[in-house]
Amino acid sequence: MTYTAWIIVTASLVGMSCGLIGVFLVLRKTAMMADAISHTVLLGIVLAFLVTKEVSGPAMLVGGIFAGLLTAFLVQWLHSLDVQHDASMGIIFTTLFAIGVILISTSIGNAHLDIQHALMGEITFIPFDKVSLPLVGEVPRATLLLFIVFLIVLFFITAFYKEWKITSFDSALAVSIGIPAIAMHYLFMSLVSITTVASFDAVGAIMVVAMLITPASSAYLWTDRLVVMLILSSIFGILSAISGYYIAYWIDTSISGSMAFSTGLIFMFSFIFSPKHGIISKYVQPIKNL
Amino acid sequence: MSSPVISVNNLSAAYQKNTVLRNVNFEITPGSLTAIVGPNGAGKSTLIKTMLNLHPSLTGEVQYFGLPFKKVKKRIGYVPQRGSVDWDFPTDALDVVTMGLYGEVGWLKRPSKSHKKQAFEALEKMGMGDYANRQISQLSGGQQQRVFLARALVQNADLYFMDEPLAGVDAATEIAIMETLKKLNAIGKTVLVVHHDLQTVEDYFDHVLFLNKTIINHGKTEKVFTKDNITRAYGGNIRILGGGI
Repeated sequence: MTYTAWIIVTASLVGMSCGLIGVFLVLRKTAMMADAISHTVLLGIVLAFLVTKEVSGPAMLVGGIFAGLLTAFLVQWLHSLDVQHDASMGIIFTTLFAIGVILISTSIGNAHLDIQHALMGEITFIPFDKVSLPLVGEVPRATLLLFIVFLIVLFFITAFYKEWKITSFDSALAVSIGIPAIAMHYLFMSLVSITTVASFDAVGAIMVVAMLITPASSAYLWTDRLVVMLILSSIFGILSAISGYYIAYWIDTSISGSMAFSTGLIFMFSFIFSPKHGIISKYVQPIKNL
Repeated sequence: MSSPVISVNNLSAAYQKNTVLRNVNFEITPGSLTAIVGPNGAGKSTLIKTMLNLHPSLTGEVQYFGLPFKKVKKRIGYVPQRGSVDWDFPTDALDVVTMGLYGEVGWLKRPSKSHKKQAFEALEKMGMGDYANRQISQLSGGQQQRVFLARALVQNADLYFMDEPLAGVDAATEIAIMETLKKLNAIGKTVLVVHHDLQTVEDYFDHVLFLNKTIINHGKTEKVFTKDNITRAYGGNIRILGGGI
């Protein structure tokens, strides 16, 4: 495959995983948890590096899950001690992120890991770092990791579809009929974490938040059905990724920035033109009802 | 007398540092239809939530049919306040009712046709058959409440907790819901309802539980629904019965 094709495949995998996860982030009203976790996984990655002395996929995923769960747990804990929920989120994630930043600059030295890279990602380098796979041939390391994470996300979203639905809509009911809403919450936070870690290389910690939240919010405007929302959100994720790449190519600028910008364009388009919730429909509908 | 469906012993609960429930003790007899009444902030919803393990208790214990909650979960149905969920959630009325059956469907499985059929029949019982495929945000408050009731019906529980099912609903829905509760009652189900309208207590419920952080009084409506108990529970600022005090 060509260099451009690998970039597009990689970005699309980010778009799909983030699109799927994002739907439940939005519906569970935990969108800002994505922001928190996208920062704290940095600490997880650094810790994984300090333990294994290499930046490898599986170790990074484990480190990410650890950091994500730690974040979710600490936020909940601080909140239970009477700190406002949003404040406890702000306190925990900045502190854990800061520890990550300090560790990078003191303990890591010249590894393939720096703060700029972690925040902004660098998808342009991804096709150069390849691994050899039987049957498939040479595949960029980051793309392989993203593909595995996409499969994991897809598996968990479809296998526990009705459990995600009921715990998102009415967690009290879920608990009362024996579905462990709290365990589901932490499982979900783990999925957010691995998606974030895998997307790190491609888009970085800041832009991944755009990929997680904006396509899902756009999809929400177009449909009243959860399945359709999941599919649309993934499609919007892919569209943002691809169009973002070409925008960046065209005006010669940051790829991850352009992708995040594309998610915003799609949202704006949805916000204006969506038949049910769009601005235009609000003016048009009264005429239809006459 | 038959043994109680619920026995609550010395139950206390708090929100952060404020005690909301203090040493609550009562028993509920099988087949009763009980109104839980009390002023705002009396802990009515907290009582229900604590009894259902949705809120932690500080002290005390609750037994159902002589057993702890965990063993009898499936025999208990809960209808939360309508405002406790997001009605803009992308789903339709039938789907919400089907959720009541998820415990029965089991892990990794999809609801079957027969589950959907049961859910549809429950909607029909609540006069909502025509709205099965309606997005839930397009339903009126009364219709949303009926969907919640239908969801409780499919759970086929022996004991129901309902948090303000009559709050903010239209007259037709109020009648439909009360008919449903009386029907449940007639086939031996026990129902506890957090209720806010003192004027209808005598017509609707055979038992009343007055709550204001602790039990003020509890018993058969004709015995305990007195001006005296109401004043004790509400603290005197009440203008409901017989034109007020």
